[in-house]
Amino acid sequence: MKNHDTGLTRRFLASRVVTALAEPHGVDRYLNLVNPLWSVRDVRARVVAIARRTPDTVTMTLRPNGLWAGARAGQYVRFGVDIDGVRRIRCFSLAGSAAGAGPLEITAKVNPAGTVTRWLATRARPGLLVHLSQAEGEFTLPDQVGPHVLLISGGSGITPTMSIARTLRDVRYPGRVTILHYARTPDDVVYRAELARLARTCPRFTVTYRYTGSKRNGHFRAQHLRAITPDYADAHAFVCGPAGLLDAVSRHWAAEGISDRLRIERFTVAGAPFLGDPGTVAGELWFSRSGIRVPGDGRTLLEQAEAAGLRPAFGCRMGICHTCGSHKPEGPVRDVRTGVISAEPDEQVRLCVNTPAGDVEIAI
Amino acid sequence: MGTSTPQLTEEQLAALADELDEIRRELVDDLGDEDAAYIRGIVATGQRLEALGRALLWAGWFPPAWLAGTAALSVAKILDNMEVGHNVMHGQYDWMGDPTLNSKMFEWDTVCPAEQWRHTHNYVHHTYTNILGKDRDIGYGLLRMLDEQRWRPYYRGNPVYAVVLMLAFEWGVMLHDLEIDRLLSGRRKWSDTKGIRRQMWHKGVKQTLKDYVLFPLLSGPGAMATLTGNAVANLVRNVWAFSIIFCGHFPDGVASFSEDECEDESRGHWYYRQMLGSANIDGGKLFHILSGNLGFQIEHHIFPDIPAWRYQRIAPRVREICDRYGLNYTTGPLGKQVGSVWRKIYRLARRPPDRPRTVLTGASRVPAEAA
Ligand SMILES: Cc1cc2nc3c(=O)[nH]c(=O)nc-3n(C[C@H](O)[C@H](O)[C@H](O)COP(=O)(O)OP(=O)(O)OC[C@H]3O[C@@H](n4cnc5c(N)ncnc54)[C@H](O)[C@@H]3O)c2cc1C
Ligand code: FES
Repeated sequence: MKNHDTGLTRRFLASRVVTALAEPHGVDRYLNLVNPLWSVRDVRARVVAIARRTPDTVTMTLRPNGLWAGARAGQYVRFGVDIDGVRRIRCFSLAGSAAGAGPLEITAKVNPAGTVTRWLATRARPGLLVHLSQAEGEFTLPDQVGPHVLLISGGSGITPTMSIARTLRDVRYPGRVTILHYARTPDDVVYRAELARLARTCPRFTVTYRYTGSKRNGHFRAQHLRAITPDYADAHAFVCGPAGLLDAVSRHWAAEGISDRLRIERFTVAGAPFLGDPGTVAGELWFSRSGIRVPGDGRTLLEQAEAAGLRPAFGCRMGICHTCGSHKPEGPVRDVRTGVISAEPDEQVRLCVNTPAGDVEIAI
Repeated sequence: MGTSTPQLTEEQLAALADELDEIRRELVDDLGDEDAAYIRGIVATGQRLEALGRALLWAGWFPPAWLAGTAALSVAKILDNMEVGHNVMHGQYDWMGDPTLNSKMFEWDTVCPAEQWRHTHNYVHHTYTNILGKDRDIGYGLLRMLDEQRWRPYYRGNPVYAVVLMLAFEWGVMLHDLEIDRLLSGRRKWSDTKGIRRQMWHKGVKQTLKDYVLFPLLSGPGAMATLTGNAVANLVRNVWAFSIIFCGHFPDGVASFSEDECEDESRGHWYYRQMLGSANIDGGKLFHILSGNLGFQIEHHIFPDIPAWRYQRIAPRVREICDRYGLNYTTGPLGKQVGSVWRKIYRLARRPPDRPRTVLTGASRVPAEAA
C-alpha cells in the first residue's frame, strides 16, 4: 500500500467508532490476527536481513511499521525482543543514515554474559518481529552544523557516529568530517569496508584507526588528535564508546575549556548489582516520579517507599495480588522469597517482596 | 469450620509451606516460551471466535447462523473472561513483560472494571479466602452460603437471589465493589463510592454500547438477530462463570475460618487455609480451558500468580501433600459440585432449627455478617 493509503487506513482504524467496536481490547488485538506487524499504537519492526560482519557483532536491518516517526542521526531506540517468553528491552543506537526513509540498522556487540546480544547473535533470523520505541536521545547533530565534525568512537560505540557520518554523506554536507575510531584489532571494525569507501569517494572525510590491541598505538591520547586534525577544538565533536575512552576524551575537552563543543553517548549507565548478603545496606533507591532518593537499607521497596512518605497502592503485602506492581526502569532488586536478583531494565516489580540490591530506580 | 478439619502444629505448617514453596520455585524457574505460546494461542483463538461469531450473526436471520454465531461469541467471551482475563489479571503472565498481558493494563470483555476486580478478587478474596467477615466473596454480600452466617428472614429468598445473581452475573460482579450491603446498613458512605461508580459507569456504557447498540446497528436489517445473539452470549457467559466460581468455594467439604484463627497467620497457615477453603472440579482438557483452569481451584489458591494451565501438572503432587497432612482435597465432577452448591443455597434459606433465636434488627434489610 502507498503511504497515503496506509495513513487513511490507520486513521480509520484509530477512529472512535472502530475503537468502540473493539472495546475493551483495542484494534491491535484483531489486527495482530492478520499481521503481527500491524498496529495503531506501537512501533513494531520486522528484521529483514542479518549480517555477522565480525566475530562478536550482529548487524540487523529492520523495516518498521507505519507508526515509525523517523530518527535524527545519532539517536537510539529501545528495542524489545521476546526471548524464552520474556520481552527483553535494551537500547541500541541506529547506525543507518537519517536522510531518506530507508530501513533501520542496528549493530550489537555480543556480550558473552548478556541475554539479548547473545541471543541475537545465535538465534535471530530474518523475519523476526521486534518492538521499538520511537527514536530517543540528544546525541545528535545541532541544527546549525559548523564547518567541521569530529567523530570519535571506540568498539561498538561506532554505531551512532556511523549514523552521523552516513547522514552527512547523504545530505552532501559541505564541511569536513574527521573520524577517529578505536578498536582492538583491524578485524574488529564492523564498518571498515564502508568507511574505506567513504574515505576514497568523499575527499572531505578522513578516517583514522587506532588499535588498542597493539602496543604502539594504544588508548586515547591528545597526540592522536593533534596528528590528524590540529584544529579539533573548533569542531563539533562527538564521542561514544567504552567508559575509559569517554572519560579520557571528556577530561581532555574539559581541560581545554571546550566541553560545550563535545557530545557524549554512554552505553552503560547502571552500576553492577550489589551481590552481598541480603539485608546488607546497598545502593541508592530513587523514586523517580516523586523525586525522592534514599539509601537502600535492606527493607522492601514498599516499606522504604512508605518510610519516605509515599503511599504506593498495595494489597496482600505478601507477593500474591500484584497490587503493588510498579515500573522499574533500572537497577537490581532481590526477591526476598527466593533470593533471586533481577537486574532487567524496564520491568514490573512487586514492591512488597523485593529489596534493592544496588542503585535502583522505581517510577513511583 | 467443619469439625473434621485437622489442626496442624506450627512445625507442620512450616514444613507444609516449605514443600509448597519448593513446588512454586520449580514452576517459576520453568516459565518460558511454552507459557507464552499457550496464552497467546488462547487469546488468538478467542479473538478468532469472536470475529467469526460476530460475522455469523450478520446472517442471524438464518437460524443455524444465529445459533453458531451466538455459540462462537459465547465461547469467545468465556475464554476472554476466564482463561485470559481472570488469569492475566492475577499477574500470571506479568513476567513476560508484554503490556497486552500485564495484570495492571488488562481490561476484559465484561462490565466490571478490571481495576475493581483486581481489588475485590486478587486482594480481598485471595488474601482473606473463606474468612467469614473478611472474604466478601462469601455470598457476595447477598447470599447465605455458610452455616456460620447468622440467619435472617431476608435469607428466605436465598435461591431467588442466587438465580438473579447467576443470570446477571457480570453486573453482580461489577456492583461487588460497591458493597451494597454495607451501604444500606450505613457502614459505608455513598459519597465514598463516587470514584468507583464513575469507573463502573464508563465501563458499563462502553460494553453496552458495543454489544447492544453498535454491532446491532452495523447489522442493518439483522439488528434484532445480532442484539439477541449478543445478549444470549453474555447470558451464557454469566451462567457459566457463576457456576464455575460458586463451585470453587461453596460445595460441601470446604472449610471456612474465623478472623481470630487467622490473625497474624504464618505462610504455612495461609497455604493450609487456601487448600481447605477451595474445591476442585473434575473434567477434561476442554473443560479446564473453558473454566480458566478454575477446576484446579486448590492449586490456583496456593499459587494464584502461576500460569493456570500448569495447575493440571502439579495437581497430583498437591493432592499427595494434602493426603499426607490429612487435609481434605475436595473435588468432584461439575454436575455433582453444582448440585451441592444449589442444595446448600436452598438449605441455608431455611431458618436453622438449632438456633431459633434470631436477632432481627428492623433497619437492616440485607444481611450484614459477611461484610
Ligand atoms: C543509549 C544507548 C545506546 C546503545 N547502543 C548500543 C549499540 O548500538 N550497540 C551495542 O552493542 N550496544 C549498545 N548499547 C549497549 C547495550 O544496550 C547493552 O550492552 C545491553 O546491556 C546489551 O544487552 P544484553 O542483553 O546482551 O546484556 P545484559 O543482559 O543487559 O547484560 C549486560 C551486562 O550486565 C551484567 N549483568 C546483567 N544482569 C546481572 C546480574 N543479575 N548480576 C550480575 N551481572 C549482571 C552481565 O554480566 C553483562 O555483562 C547502548 C546502550 C545505551 C544506553
Ligand atoms: S501488595 Fe500484593 S503483591 Fe505486593
